[in-house]
Amino acid sequence: MKRTIYLSILMAITLFVTVSAQDNRIPAKGFAVFSGDGQFKPYEFTRHAVGDNDIEIKILYAGICHSDLHHVRQDWGKEEFPMVPGHEIAGRVVKTGKNVTKFKVGDLAGIGCMVNSCGECEFCKEDKEQYCKGVVMTYHGHDQFHNNERTQGGYSNNIVLTENFAIKIPANAKIEKVAPLLCAGITTYSPIHAVGVKKGDKVGVAGFGGLGHMAVQYMVALGAEVTVFDITEDKRVAAKRLGAVRYVNVNNPEDLKGLDNTMSFIISTIPQKYDPSIYMKMLKLDGQLCIVGLPATVNAPSIRIDQFVWQGGRKVFGSQIGGIKETQEMLDYSVANNIYPEVEIIKADGTAITDAYQKVLEGKVKFRYVIDISTLK
Amino acid sequence: MKTIKSYSTWILLILFFISMSAAFAQNKTEAGRIPAKGMAKFSKDGNFKPYEFTRHAVGDNDVLIDILYAGICHSDIHTERDDWWSVKYPLVAGHEIAGRVIQVGKKVTKFKVGDYAGVGCMVNSCGECEYCKKGEEQYCLKGNVGTYSSPDYFHNNELTQGGYSNNIVLSENFAIKIPRNADLKKVAPLLCAGITTYSPIHFTHVKKGDVIAIAGFGGLGYMAVQYAVALGAKVTVFDITEAKQQDALAMGAVKYVNVKNQEELKGLENTFRVILSTIPAKYDLSMYLKMLKVDGDMVVIGLPAFANSPTIDVTNLVMAGRRKLYGTQIGGIRETQEMLDYSVLHNIYPKVEIISADKIDEAYQKVLAGEVRYRYVIDMSTLK
Repeated sequence: MKRTIYLSILMAITLFVTVSAQDNRIPAKGFAVFSGDGQFKPYEFTRHAVGDNDIEIKILYAGICHSDLHHVRQDWGKEEFPMVPGHEIAGRVVKTGKNVTKFKVGDLAGIGCMVNSCGECEFCKEDKEQYCKGVVMTYHGHDQFHNNERTQGGYSNNIVLTENFAIKIPANAKIEKVAPLLCAGITTYSPIHAVGVKKGDKVGVAGFGGLGHMAVQYMVALGAEVTVFDITEDKRVAAKRLGAVRYVNVNNPEDLKGLDNTMSFIISTIPQKYDPSIYMKMLKLDGQLCIVGLPATVNAPSIRIDQFVWQGGRKVFGSQIGGIKETQEMLDYSVANNIYPEVEIIKADGTAITDAYQKVLEGKVKFRYVIDISTLK
Repeated sequence: MKTIKSYSTWILLILFFISMSAAFAQNKTEAGRIPAKGMAKFSKDGNFKPYEFTRHAVGDNDVLIDILYAGICHSDIHTERDDWWSVKYPLVAGHEIAGRVIQVGKKVTKFKVGDYAGVGCMVNSCGECEYCKKGEEQYCLKGNVGTYSSPDYFHNNELTQGGYSNNIVLSENFAIKIPRNADLKKVAPLLCAGITTYSPIHFTHVKKGDVIAIAGFGGLGYMAVQYAVALGAKVTVFDITEAKQQDALAMGAVKYVNVKNQEELKGLENTFRVILSTIPAKYDLSMYLKMLKVDGDMVVIGLPAFANSPTIDVTNLVMAGRRKLYGTQIGGIRETQEMLDYSVLHNIYPKVEIISADKIDEAYQKVLAGEVRYRYVIDMSTLK
């Protein structure tokens, strides 16, 4: 009898806790794909409650990254749907947990590809959270700190995350252009600064899209002589405008002549099939080719091992975004140096997003589409 | 009519002089050429047979070396079997050469007759490009002149022939001084296997206490472990057999991993600062990349046949995140001299098995079958 009472009380408490937790969940609405067909439709869902160390952000702008397309199209493997993509987020803090110190309500805040990580491994301790095995991705992730629920991204009106993974956006930033810095910005800024590109260095940027046009600006700002590689004539003027000294249309063999053994660093942002060895050959001894572009798995170019030996002393490595500390540094640097992506603002509307994806796919995007979330109905 | 006739006489006369002077020049060159004999393959599938040929004359800056020992390198086998590029036969391989100087050109200062000298993979280079000037002749922008099967652009582009022979002629600049106290029959492989491993271990600054790995414990791996252990590094050796474990540990490796045993691979991710891969067969590159620490270096020196080459796709490179992958070729001449002096001083040598010049085919077969932990060295005095 006594036992039953205890059990009932326990059950009641559990129920209360569960219900109140449910109550505290944050209702959200956004745009999701419901299958790999790439059609965006309105979607209502909830986000976990604002914990003591969390903040809730009202999203103002969300960038469309090429990897959003890869996820939606299941280019890298099977995905779970509905999926709300978006890991380039700029917004305003509307609620803070009681232990939050970094933000107050009304501050501008940004979010990139990660919303949490284990916090205990050597990578987390060294501010390289992106390499943590337990990293929680902004979308298509499972949140180990919240019952492994699936995370949903920034094509939505709000997001909740720990303050540690939110980036402070300076009040004077051009807010409509900030979102893409959180992925395209840090992904290029990080390796450029890691290899120490400096004034007078002869460097290359392969692929002049969202990532590429950020890489050009960061390296021009450091005083490097930047050559841009792409496969069209259409981008020649823009490359020069952003400060490149040379533009090479890779489809034109004449343009490629005389470039072997000339560069100390090349960053490849190409999201398609290509021949990495042409870039390896352009490197000087001890030069480095950094790969940040991620093609669909079926289209991923490969490098045969002997090419590394024939192009001896030319180093190839990949890089993923950057840690949170470095992302903050990148954002402050970008705003201070007036380095922003060139953006085309679109409406938060299923058709507009679906159309934008099609244009990115066809290479017709200027540089970056950014969704104006305030237009979300 | 008369004019035409006198013209043709003049033309004939001129042609005669031209051909005479050409013949004279030819004779003069031929006179200085050095007769040589060696062991060559005459086709991709054939066996080694004796081959008589000549080498270019001893120029003012050249030395003539009487070859005492020549090592058999896995890349000799790849070349002789036409695994890489089309080669021309007859082909005398051999780029691990130890011998004695028997003639010097009048401007030679580095050697005198009677000195020991070694030759590695290069016998010359342009001497003018940025890499030659830096002492990185292996990356010469014009292309260095390889010790065998390479057009010598200083000598009418004649194809060079290697060390499976009784002598060789080359510029003193590309000959390495061998200290008198060297264990001569073991020196030859240092000129390729030695420098190929010494160079990356030194340019990645391997030092005491570093946790590093050597993948592939054959001829190159055997040298690499010694150089790394000599520097005080904690070396893990990877191979695909149990048979080499004892040797690896006896040489000072702290750990031996049989890659075929999945259990042994556990817990090795994100461990090594440097991995040197000497593997000459197909393998999983990204498995090793994952074992590197962030900003670590994976240096590839093993060269499988093209048909067997592993590849890595860019996705795996990105996923591996800031783990550097690159190759390296031998080392420059200055560094090769440094390596040789260092090796002799620290008593670092390959394990060798001396064979006679008629046993090259057998040796190739054994190397191809794998499991050879020593270097075959041909005793050139046995050449008939």
